[in-house]
Amino acid sequence: MDIKEVQEEIISEFDILGDDKESTIFYIMELGGNLDAFPEEQKTEENIIKGCQSKVWLTASEEDGKVHFHADSNTDITKGLISLLIRVLSGRKPSEIAYADLYFIDKIGMGSIIGSQRSNGLAAMIKQMKLYALAFDAKLNAGI
Amino acid sequence: MSLNIEKLRGLFPILHQEVHGKPLVYFDNAATTQKPQAVIDALTGYYQHDNANIHRGAHALADRSTQYFESTREAVRDFIHAKEAAEIILTKGTTESINLVAATFGRKFIGEGDEIIISTLEHHSNIVPWQMLCQENGAILKVIPINDAGEIEYDEFLKLLSKRTKLVSIVHASNALGTINPVKEIIAKAHEVGARVLLDGAQSTSHLTVDVQALDCDFLAFSAHKLYGPTGLGVLYGKREILESMPPYQGGGEMIKEVSFDGTTYNEIPFKFEAGTPNIGDVIAFKKALDFIQDLGKDAIKAHEDELLQYAAEQLSEIKGFIPVGVAKDKVSVLSFCINGMHPFDVGVMLDARGIAVRTGHHCTQPLMKRLGLEGTVRASFAVYNTKSEIDVLADAVQKIARIKNK
Ligand SMILES: Cc1ncc(COP(=O)(O)O)c(C=O)c1O
Repeated sequence: MDIKEVQEEIISEFDILGDDKESTIFYIMELGGNLDAFPEEQKTEENIIKGCQSKVWLTASEEDGKVHFHADSNTDITKGLISLLIRVLSGRKPSEIAYADLYFIDKIGMGSIIGSQRSNGLAAMIKQMKLYALAFDAKLNAGI
Repeated sequence: MSLNIEKLRGLFPILHQEVHGKPLVYFDNAATTQKPQAVIDALTGYYQHDNANIHRGAHALADRSTQYFESTREAVRDFIHAKEAAEIILTKGTTESINLVAATFGRKFIGEGDEIIISTLEHHSNIVPWQMLCQENGAILKVIPINDAGEIEYDEFLKLLSKRTKLVSIVHASNALGTINPVKEIIAKAHEVGARVLLDGAQSTSHLTVDVQALDCDFLAFSAHKLYGPTGLGVLYGKREILESMPPYQGGGEMIKEVSFDGTTYNEIPFKFEAGTPNIGDVIAFKKALDFIQDLGKDAIKAHEDELLQYAAEQLSEIKGFIPVGVAKDKVSVLSFCINGMHPFDVGVMLDARGIAVRTGHHCTQPLMKRLGLEGTVRASFAVYNTKSEIDVLADAVQKIARIKNK
């Protein structure tokens, strides 16, 4: 699936939940449970994303020209949000990630679910993922 | 006499709405209380009928505005039982009131090696102004420790007191935990060594009878918006002789007697500390909030809020995974808690989904959270218009949320 297809899939999943904010939040928290375990020793100051009110740690690695993200948070709702971002962006080419239009966030009404403070945190998270992608992109291009 | 809460709720238009499809349950009163219709009407009425600058123009509107403005000052005097209205300075809020004392009294009367005592319970607004002052003039900040229940260690306070103590600046009731401090004893002991005492009354004035003469405090700071009044408005009470000995705060209009390029003489108190055109509309509306409180009576308000607090503590204590934070014997209606295995933030978002407004986080008391070994708490704080059935809604929601991690 390409980035657009995955986003459409997420949008239809959230559609099924309907307007009930509570069930949406419970669902997001459950999604957080799907994240791969994040090594404790990587929960360093360096890997913390600034701009998040809750703590978020993010690392990225590159394999065969694809970027893989790993992340964790101290709050379950944020974990759920990260898991959605990882589902959309992880395992793709750096250029795809760097220029991705992440319209699903608005479509599923994330702003009203998490409030404006966390929306800033989410934006910081996306920015950091794109920065990682750009850095890998530059490295891969230099390598050619 | 017990209050008719249903009738009283009718006075607060904002309470009658749905949030995320659920009836609003507003339990964030320690952050700010809602405003009765009379306050809202007074604010719009001022701009519709009376707006004029005060203490100056010789015309009917200016006279009227001035009279209303000054009648709020008198109502505040009465509210805290100060000797005279001149001891009431109108500010932007508790924060500005404390900063005013730091910038004037602090700069003039506190010097290198002198000591200022605060407590672990303080809000950042009663920490940072003193840190700034100490950095500037070499004074030393001393902090009274607390026990695990969230009460100050009174004996440790006595040990900190000395001839070097120039000021004790302490919160009357903690916004994060609700703890009521034994301020009468603290003030008496501080006066024995010649220190002055500032009370942060941001949380106490809405729940307790605060009588500045009976307490004998030297300063009292509080905010109108936590007292059913408008935002951006507060009070600094100070004893006349202290206020008169203090240099002015900001320079400008209102605060002067005469200005010439050779020098300026300053106005009398309280005007000496009120430079510029004040927040006239909100000041005038604030009187309606004070009337609202006085009509109900502090004793009746306290009795109702105590009942809510006790009921909430009982209901929530039954829930597996519920951890109360701050269990002082003497408390205002603040219930701070954590849920085992859950971040307060997540709990807050889930409560919001049920229409329940609480505060989560450090509550502007990071040193206190550090002492308690917590990142933050969930805080439900009750006002006079809250009901037991709203607490049932909270208990029900917390039960469901706690079960996720506490099976
Ligand atoms: C104990 C305490 N002190 C000071 C403040 C600051 O009040 P304001 O923000 O109205 O200046 C607050 C308000 O949160 C408070 O609860």
